[in-house]
Amino acid sequence: MNDPMRTDHIRYRIGKNNGFRILTFVLAFACMIPLVAILFFIIKAGITRINFHFLVNIARPVGEKGGGIANALLGSVIIVALASLIAIPIGILGGVYLSENPKGRLAYWCRLSVDILQGIPSIVIGIIAYFWLVKPLGGFSAFSGSVALAIMMLPVIVRSTEETLKMLPPSLKEAAFALGMPFHRVIFKVILPVGISGILSGVMLSIARITGETAPLLFTAFGNPYLSADVTAPMQSLPLLIFNYATSPYNDWHDLAWGASLILLVWVLFLNVFTKLIAAKWKVQL
Amino acid sequence: METSLQAPVIPSPAVRDTVGIRKRIRRSFRQIRTESVFKQTLVIAGLILVILVLGILLTLITQSLPSIRLLGLKFIWGSTWNPVKNVYGAFPFLLGTLLTSFLALLICIPFSIAIAVFLGEYYPSGWFADVLKNAVELIAAVPSVIYGFWGLAVLVPMVRSLEARLGIDQPLGVGIFSASLILSVMIIPYAASLGRSMIQMVPEHLKEAAYGLGATRWEVIRHVVLPYTRSGLFAGILLSLGRALGETMAVTMVIGNSSILPKSIFAPGNTMASVIANEFTEADKTVYLSALIELGLALFLVTVIINIIGKKIIDRFTNE
Amino acid sequence: MESTIIKSRKFNASFGINHVVKNVNIDIPRNNVIAVMGPSGCGKTTFLRCINRMHELIPGATCNGAMTINDEDIYTMHPIFVRLKIGMVFQRPNPFPNLSIYDNVIAGYKLNGIKLARAEKDRIVEHSLTKVALWNEVKDSLLKKGTFLSGGQQQRLCIARAVAMEPEVLLFDEPTSALDPISTATVEELFHELKANYTLIIVTHNMQQAARVSDRTAFFYMGELVEYDLTKNVFTNPKDNRTQNYITGRFS
Repeated sequence: MNDPMRTDHIRYRIGKNNGFRILTFVLAFACMIPLVAILFFIIKAGITRINFHFLVNIARPVGEKGGGIANALLGSVIIVALASLIAIPIGILGGVYLSENPKGRLAYWCRLSVDILQGIPSIVIGIIAYFWLVKPLGGFSAFSGSVALAIMMLPVIVRSTEETLKMLPPSLKEAAFALGMPFHRVIFKVILPVGISGILSGVMLSIARITGETAPLLFTAFGNPYLSADVTAPMQSLPLLIFNYATSPYNDWHDLAWGASLILLVWVLFLNVFTKLIAAKWKVQL
Repeated sequence: METSLQAPVIPSPAVRDTVGIRKRIRRSFRQIRTESVFKQTLVIAGLILVILVLGILLTLITQSLPSIRLLGLKFIWGSTWNPVKNVYGAFPFLLGTLLTSFLALLICIPFSIAIAVFLGEYYPSGWFADVLKNAVELIAAVPSVIYGFWGLAVLVPMVRSLEARLGIDQPLGVGIFSASLILSVMIIPYAASLGRSMIQMVPEHLKEAAYGLGATRWEVIRHVVLPYTRSGLFAGILLSLGRALGETMAVTMVIGNSSILPKSIFAPGNTMASVIANEFTEADKTVYLSALIELGLALFLVTVIINIIGKKIIDRFTNE
Repeated sequence: MESTIIKSRKFNASFGINHVVKNVNIDIPRNNVIAVMGPSGCGKTTFLRCINRMHELIPGATCNGAMTINDEDIYTMHPIFVRLKIGMVFQRPNPFPNLSIYDNVIAGYKLNGIKLARAEKDRIVEHSLTKVALWNEVKDSLLKKGTFLSGGQQQRLCIARAVAMEPEVLLFDEPTSALDPISTATVEELFHELKANYTLIIVTHNMQQAARVSDRTAFFYMGELVEYDLTKNVFTNPKDNRTQNYITGRFS
């Protein structure tokens, strides 16, 4: 009865093995169904909307055909660029600090803080930026939105910088120190250039991540139906436009939102692909 | 380093002055100052990160104090949320958050584990693996607002007809079930990629020992790989839960935004994050705003605790 | 008459509670090749790294005692000056992977932000590469990355990089242990050439190498400087039992 060599038992086990193998394959590839469905639908609904007119005009009032998303495009570029400007220096310096001081009390708290920052829901960051900037400055502004997004970029940049620098061979730093280089030159002229691909891909990844963020902008950049480049005033951005227009009852606005979704999607996917190319191409031979 | 910046002695006769040694030394003096300034800058960058987190916590606490003082525990257990009458009971949102997150988790677990096993065990490399890997990364890359829009336009009508077929009165389509479906797709990448890295850490000799006893592939996965990675997989699921709890936009767009206690999983509801997103800019009373921030504080604390526990488990697992 | 360039008195070095260099007194004469040998873990590399203050870069590392160059206290000078005067070559060749061969040679100037005229740079590169007998091999590929060279060439490039700064002393930390025998031979030949202009201190665990290349040999054992004398005396007539045991291979 319990003889493991019984052929029907072995056949049963082999059958079970194959069964689970197929089940794994099916379940694993099932996740591609929603992905393909989303991509297909967005491309189908968005592609007919996109033309030159769409990119350089702002939305028309409800009922009029046409109109575009120029204000959201410009706004997204400004908000994301400003956020990068704030987050990249702090993030890289923080990453260098952690890789140079792996132990110590501040490093411990710093690492914990990065972990916490990474997990904070984006809506909470929005609340924070509202109380730190919007309220004291007396109004919604693109700048406060950028700060909120910068806070979200920081953990990604710090982590990727730290991880990249930790992987560099210590001999590299020794060679630089032995030539009488001061610490800051060792970092800026040797360590960071050699680790550039890892750091850059972290930066790109963080940009890709925040470009699609909506929640932190709801109470900060707020949105603006008109073209504006003033960072102290409310500003439109692609995800905000999609949210506002998608939840509106007007079909014309839904169309705008589909077009904007496709552009946002292409933008984000392009950043992701670009990141991979950087990581592959700029890899310095060690 | 306690070093006095003593001037370097004039080059001894043994030094053959080929290139401006004096220039070199003058340079070095300036660099020493920059060096210590730079070291302080690094410390400041580290401090900024710590201060940022402390500042966030402090801001959330001070801003939610009015609500905590006024409402106390009623805030958690009260099931009526009516800003017009100044009644703030957050229970419907707590329930909505827990329902959507756990339902999403339930849906995503089999798929995530299948992907993790597929990529970690069956096909770690090759054409199949590349396609699946890129697909999973793509799922993670699609912005939340696009999931929400797609859900609203495509998924909600499908759920509505499903509800009609199930005989639910008032088939709305929007609701907790739709939100969970969208959410489950969004968190698959996190659970899958964590699970995969855990599965790849299973030592080869353990698997070979089982194969050597005549175990089938499935039996090795079932009795060696999965038990070995149990704590890691648990941490991965925990971290995905953290993601799901805080996810805002997609959920806001398909959950129906109703502050009434949901009666079933097909009923419209609200999560903590979605109610903040919807009502924050409309909150005209101090207590109202403060109550919303208290929700934010709760969300912050829960996700922080979940994340720290998850990371601790993974750290311990990786170091073993 | 030989003059002393590096001098240490009662010098100690530790990692945390690990006392690895104990009470070392040594006088190193100018334009000599000094071999520092001993079994692994005897503190020879640590002592070498104390001479140009690389030791203190390791967290938890401490040292005390007197160490001077030209009678000037190394430990009251700023480490940058020390390292400009005392160059170092490491166990594994470590050219900068992001720099060309050319830039690797002048890395000490380039990365320290010292501006040089083009002609001056060319002169230093050619001069330094010629000194390490690498010029003829690489003069046509100066703009290639340094990491494309073979191991032996990379190590000579690293020596050229140190030589280019015109230091007074060159420290070598087991410079041939990662090289094949032929590359080792070329590097060893270099030592004879270089000693005309520099003082060379070479850490090695290879006794034959110490005997071949050095004028004087220091033998370290368990952190102590057991014996220090002309190489020929150390190998033919050691005064200490432990040296005797080491060179006859009774422990390694």
